[in-house]
Formats: sequence, structure tokens, C-alpha cells
Amino acid sequence: MNILKFFTAGSVDDGKSTLIGRLLYDTGSILADQLEALQQSNRKNDDGTIDLAILTDGLRAEREQGITIDVAYKYFQTEKRKFIIADTPGHIQYTRNMVTGASTANLAIILVDARNGVVEQTIRHSYLVSLLGVSHVVICVNKMDMEGYSEEVFHKITENYRKMATKLNLQDITFIPVSALKGDNIVHTSEHMPWYKGTSLLGFLETVEVTVNQDLHYARMPVQWVIRPQTEALHDYRGYAGRILSGSFKVNDKVTVLPSGSSSVIDRIEVFDQNPDEVTAGMSVTLHLKDNIDISRGDVLVNSSYLPQRSQLIEADLCWMDNKPMDDSITYFLQHNSKLTKCKIREILHKVNINTLEKEETHEFKLNDIGRVVIKTADELAFDLYTENKANGSAILIDGRTNLTVGALMFRAVVE
Amino acid sequence: MSKYNLDYLDELEAEAIHILREVAGQFEKPALLFSGGKDSITLVRLAEKAFRPGKFPFPLVHIDTGHNFEETITYRDEMVERLGEKLIVGYVQESIDNGKVIEQKGKNASRNSLQTVTLLDTIAKHGFDACIGGARRDEEKARAKERIFSVRDEFGQWDPKRQRPELWNIYNGKIHKGENVRVFPISNWTELDVWNYIRREKMSLPSIYFAHNRDCITRNGQLMAASPFLNMDEADVVTHRKVRFRTVGDMSCTAAVESEADQIDDIINEISASKISERGARLDDKVSEAAMEDRKKGGYF
Repeated sequence: MNILKFFTAGSVDDGKSTLIGRLLYDTGSILADQLEALQQSNRKNDDGTIDLAILTDGLRAEREQGITIDVAYKYFQTEKRKFIIADTPGHIQYTRNMVTGASTANLAIILVDARNGVVEQTIRHSYLVSLLGVSHVVICVNKMDMEGYSEEVFHKITENYRKMATKLNLQDITFIPVSALKGDNIVHTSEHMPWYKGTSLLGFLETVEVTVNQDLHYARMPVQWVIRPQTEALHDYRGYAGRILSGSFKVNDKVTVLPSGSSSVIDRIEVFDQNPDEVTAGMSVTLHLKDNIDISRGDVLVNSSYLPQRSQLIEADLCWMDNKPMDDSITYFLQHNSKLTKCKIREILHKVNINTLEKEETHEFKLNDIGRVVIKTADELAFDLYTENKANGSAILIDGRTNLTVGALMFRAVVE
Repeated sequence: MSKYNLDYLDELEAEAIHILREVAGQFEKPALLFSGGKDSITLVRLAEKAFRPGKFPFPLVHIDTGHNFEETITYRDEMVERLGEKLIVGYVQESIDNGKVIEQKGKNASRNSLQTVTLLDTIAKHGFDACIGGARRDEEKARAKERIFSVRDEFGQWDPKRQRPELWNIYNGKIHKGENVRVFPISNWTELDVWNYIRREKMSLPSIYFAHNRDCITRNGQLMAASPFLNMDEADVVTHRKVRFRTVGDMSCTAAVESEADQIDDIINEISASKISERGARLDDKVSEAAMEDRKKGGYF
């Protein structure tokens, strides 16, 4: 059994929280005492049934305002798979929260209200999904009950969406007509839409393929910690501890340490009390090298035959996440996996109007703005392009004055 | 690209180890908060996997309410002995004795809320800049929104509106002097995941997790272990029951469930079939719908 991480995009009005509530409720993931609390709540649907949306609205301010203002994580499992849901708010002022939820997701569910079809918000959510490179997209056309479960309505929306999506780089799109409120095609296939031959949303989530970047070309392991017991028995023990970002490492592989560029050969691999010959993406491991070279936290070990990009000048997409606008006169910290360095914004190339997808010229970057910039880092970074290897192609910006995470960076090109 | 998947327990384990190593790499003076419960015992196991054969880069810290299950303390001391790691204990009794907190009165008196002060004092006394804890997002609605690296201000307060975005697997541990970070490596685990992991790793647990005979009373519809720490009166009828505990906290706030499950397989079957959530057996969460959110804002774990 493996894990599928997905996030949901849509606003309260689209029934996003209801959809998640429905998934949890119909899979039996809500327990008796939680259900009791739910029934005691004053918030009810118009017909008096319990409001499933309350299940995901965690914070008091959200309950009071009836909106989702932060990312909430929910967990459920079926016999086939474990699921982690990042429930993210859909309004434009919470774009950064959606970007956060999307950054770790294998799949995105975008809700479209059957009554309104593809709207500005749909375009914005779809753009964010393509920007963050989420592998699979499910378009849930919701509130089908309010449109008489009409096949025609569904097809029209599908068509409009496909037309719009040609402007985006979306990898795999699936359309499902649903009613989260009534439970159609969420967990159980709907009796109201016999014309729909596909699976329910859950059926799709259970079977969609989840892959990790196993490509040998991208064998990367940032060093997080050097294990040196320095006891008599383990006097020469020196293990490089980290989580493999992508690709795989084998005993006897020739590896290069960046940024220093020195190289060695893998002598031994440890995973606690095991000594496997090969370890792959996602695993937390300890590597031992044949030569005693200087390696510390922030360095990255890579397969010597497949070196990453190396540069101090990088073109990147930036999503600004702080209330204080970006300031190109100050120095930020940049965190790229275990590497922390300093960074300046050299140039703003353009900003994207995320409702129309038009590129705009701009001199400023405010909260939730997204666009292309050129950054200059104090130390050379060893990275991959985001489209080729997300795990080694992303970084965050930290404002040293507040220590807040203020920007998300996706590396797009080396500036020559 | 070849296709390959880690089993879900392997993936959760690898993520938690990654987080623990980030703590080691990013902070000057971290600590691991150890309660004697199964979640913190799991953290200790993960720390062994992250740092052995080296020493842990942090001590274990136990906030002792004084209202402990004896079995937990025995387990703790044996574990520390086996690990050869450092244990620091902060005593709630000490906070009471020096007047920093006042013992609650009445039938529902508990030391659970008092431990926040002892925790904050212990953090300040030792200058800890990061405290690793075993909280999980599936436990409670406010926890579902908390970051893995959760920054607390000088007063130990969590501000849900000023949480840092946490993207990809990059954790921002930068803080100002006086602030500290609570770190939750098993955020993405569920109760069942923890039990399956305990089984897979053949870990031992304090005996109170398994069904045993015990004198109990019923309080607010919950089954409580009869103990000198509960303010009992004539109205409380003591009955002998076969019970086990799903969470282990203070004796005055942790309720038992009737159970025959005395083996880990039975417990896993029981939890899989259960219709009551784990924190449903915690009186401290029952106070109001926002009970946990308020306690976290005040510095609670």
C-alpha cells in the first residue's frame, strides 16, 4: 500500500469543504465522537442535514467566517491506499496557501461549479497546478444536482476547460461530474448520471499511478548531518546522512560532492541496521565514501556521470508569500534543501496575471504575485530545472528581518 | 523513468527521519519531548534510526505532572538506561511549590493545563531552541493546520494566523532569540500508522496500553483509573474492569477504554474497527470546540 497526496482547489462556494467532508463521511473515516460533535453544531444545510464542510474548517476564525484560511491536512485510507489531503483555500488572497498545498501533492482536484462553468478562478487554480508541476489533475464538475444531472452541461464545461487548458502545461486531466452535497460520484457511482461511464472520484484516486523520480540521471542526496560517533570502537566512522531526493545510489557508484567538486566512490550504504546495495528516491539513508573528503551539511552528493546545473545566476518563477512586498535592494536568505545561502533579486522579467494568464511588466512583487525573476546567490547552487526534477529545482526565500518564509522559487533556467 | 514505490510506513519513516535530521542540522540546542506515550516512544525509535551509531544530538525532556502512571515512569527509566542518552525532567510539582501555578480544585481538577508553565520554564532554563514532539495532525482539528516546524514566540504562543508557508520538503527553522520551534516529525501519521509501525519494529510499550484489570470510576461518561490523584467522593463508585489506555497522559485526564486486547494484533484490530477517536478519551479536549486551539495559543504542546 502506498500514499497519494492530493490537494483541493476551489472556494467555499464551490463546495470544496463539502466534497472533502463527503469523501471522509462516505468512506467511514468519521468516527462516532466526531460525528456527535458535528451533529451538535449549529451549522446545518438548508434541508437540515449535517454540514459536512465543518469537518475541515479547523480554526475558530474560519468557523466564524465560514471560510478556509489555511492549509488543513486530513487523512483517510481505504483497502487500496492511504490518502493525505491538503485542504487549501480558493480565494485569490490565499494563493500562497494553495501554492503550499500544491508543492507536495501528486494530484490536484479542481472544483468547477456546474452552474457557472469555467470561471476566472478555475483558470487561476489550473495555472497554479501547472506552475507547481502537479502530475495529475481531476476536474470535478460539482453541483450537478442543481443542473438536473445534465450530460450536456458537463460536456460543455469539459470542452471549455480543454480549450482553456491548451494555454497551460497540464500533464494528465480527468473530468468527473459530481454532487458533493448529495454524494454523487464521490465514493459511490451515481444513479443519476447513467451517461457517465467513468469511475467515481474515489475510484480514480485509488488507482491513479503515483511515481517518484527514480531516474538515475538525477541521483541527488543533500547532506543533512554528518554522523561521527568518535568513540574508540568507531573512531573512523563518518556517515553522510540525508534523504535521497531523486534517482538512486549503489555501492561502488562514483559520486561528486558539490559545490566543492571533489569525488569519491560509495563504499557502504546504511539504512539503520541494514546495509543495502542500492537505495532510491524518498529513502533516508547514511552513505559512506571510500575517501576521506571534507563534506558538511549543505553539500549535495550526486552521481558523477550526471551532474546538475551549477550557477549563481538563475532564472526562476517566484511566488511572493509575504504581506511586505519584495524589496530588490535587500538580501534574502535562500534555502535549497539543506543548503542555506544569501540571495538578491537581480531583475524582474515579468509578472503573470493569474486570472488571464497574460504576462505583465512590473517593478514590484506583492503578496500572492507570481512571475519570472533572475536571482543572484552568494554561493553557487547545484540544482536541476524544476520541470526536470522538482525536488532539486525548488527553494524558498526567507526574510532575515522577520525570519518568515516570503517566497517560493522554481528554477527554470541558468543565466549565462 | 522507472516506477518504484516505498511502502507507506517506509515513506512516513523516511520523512520523519528527514525532519529529525533537519532539526539536528538547523538548531543549536534542540530537545525531544518525551511523555512516555506511544507517539514519543515512536519518536525515540525514529531518532535511533536517524542518528545511530552516533549519539542523539539532543536530550530527552520529560514534563512530569506527578500524576503519572507508574508503568510509564518505569518504562521511561529503563528506556533511558538502554539508550544511554540524557534525560531532563521538569516537575510540575516544582512549579506548584514555587508558586508559579496553582493546583486546580474540584472534582475535575487536573494538572494537565499546569504543565504548560513547567514546559515553558524548562525550555527557558535550558535555552532550548527547538522541541521535538509527537503530535499528529489526525488527532484534532487545530493540529490539522499546524506546520511541521511550528514557531512559538517568547511566551510559547502559537499564532495560527502567522504560520510560515511550508513548501516541498524544505523547513525554515530560522528564529529570533527567545523564540523556539516545536517540531512534529510524525505530523502525517495516523493513530493506526503508529500502531502498525510499533508492530513492525517490534517495539515495547508501557503495559497500560494493553488490557489489564484495574479499579475504575466513571467521570463525565468516561472511565477513569481510580487513583489518589482524582478527587473522589462517596458518589464515585469504584468498579473492577478490564481496560487499556489509548493515549497516555496525566492520570487525572486520561480515560480508559474497556478492552480485551492484550496483544498488539488485537489492539490494531480494535482500532481499525473503533468508532471513537483517540482524543475522544481526553477530557481536556472536551471543554469546547476550540479547546485545543486555545491551549496551543497559550503554549501547550
